[in-house]
Amino acid sequence: MEHNTHVGRLGIDTRKLGMWIFLASEIMFFTGLIGSYIVLRFANLNSWPVPSTILNIPLTGVNTFILICSSATLVLGLASIQRGYQEGLQVGLFLTILLGSLFLSIQVHEYRNLIQDGFTISHSIFGSCFFTLTGFHGAHVFVGVVWLIVVLIRSFMGFFTPEEYAGVEIVGLYWHFVDLVWIILFTILYLV
Amino acid sequence: MSEAEAVHKPVNYGAVFWSLLILTICEIITANLHMVAKPIIVVALVFLAIVKASLVALFYMHLKFEKFIIYFIVIFPLFLAVTLTVMVLADKAPKI
Repeated sequence: MEHNTHVGRLGIDTRKLGMWIFLASEIMFFTGLIGSYIVLRFANLNSWPVPSTILNIPLTGVNTFILICSSATLVLGLASIQRGYQEGLQVGLFLTILLGSLFLSIQVHEYRNLIQDGFTISHSIFGSCFFTLTGFHGAHVFVGVVWLIVVLIRSFMGFFTPEEYAGVEIVGLYWHFVDLVWIILFTILYLV
Repeated sequence: MSEAEAVHKPVNYGAVFWSLLILTICEIITANLHMVAKPIIVVALVFLAIVKASLVALFYMHLKFEKFIIYFIVIFPLFLAVTLTVMVLADKAPKI
């Protein structure tokens, strides 16, 4: 086997290590936003609306299902390339891009409906929190979709093999993290 | 990617996927239970979200099979995140 020059003294692929350190900073970024949300929510308990009276919970439930599916298709794509199955990787990446785009489309549709009903970012503190948190998450999903498209193109060019698939694994770490953040946001913004 | 990193027990991704799906349905049902006290529902929803997030991190992100240094990188900010959230909650939550 060819010597892997990306493995550092810790015995870990440095690209993967870098992504984990980036995700650690992302944990703190979203914690800051969620911490602000908690402070604002408890400071305005009397005027805080019941989320289900404003937000479309069933639609967002479907969107959550879509994001969970996208994580599954990506991890199956990774498992495929680990076994040397190129087509499996390409199908997995393509489905993940499709599901990620569908998630974003539904979020845009949700935003449009809310804004038409007069629920905007300046409508209330809940509105500010809702659009800030879901907006930053949506931006992360958008970046993820663009990144996945780049990885899909690279996979068609034959960049990935059973020995070298770090590019897929690293975008996977990012994508699953975005899914994980949504799991938390869905609970605290829509359900609680 | 080193061979040592790649080799770990095969993960049943289907089981993880179905678990996440069932837990999401449980969350939506729990949120709509009107006969149960609100604090109990909130605790149940947060618990379900933590279980789901842990499943994603452990199996989809392969954290279960990573080396200690990766755990350290994740646990340190996670500890700060939990500390910040708990302290904000303790300070701002209304007294029962």
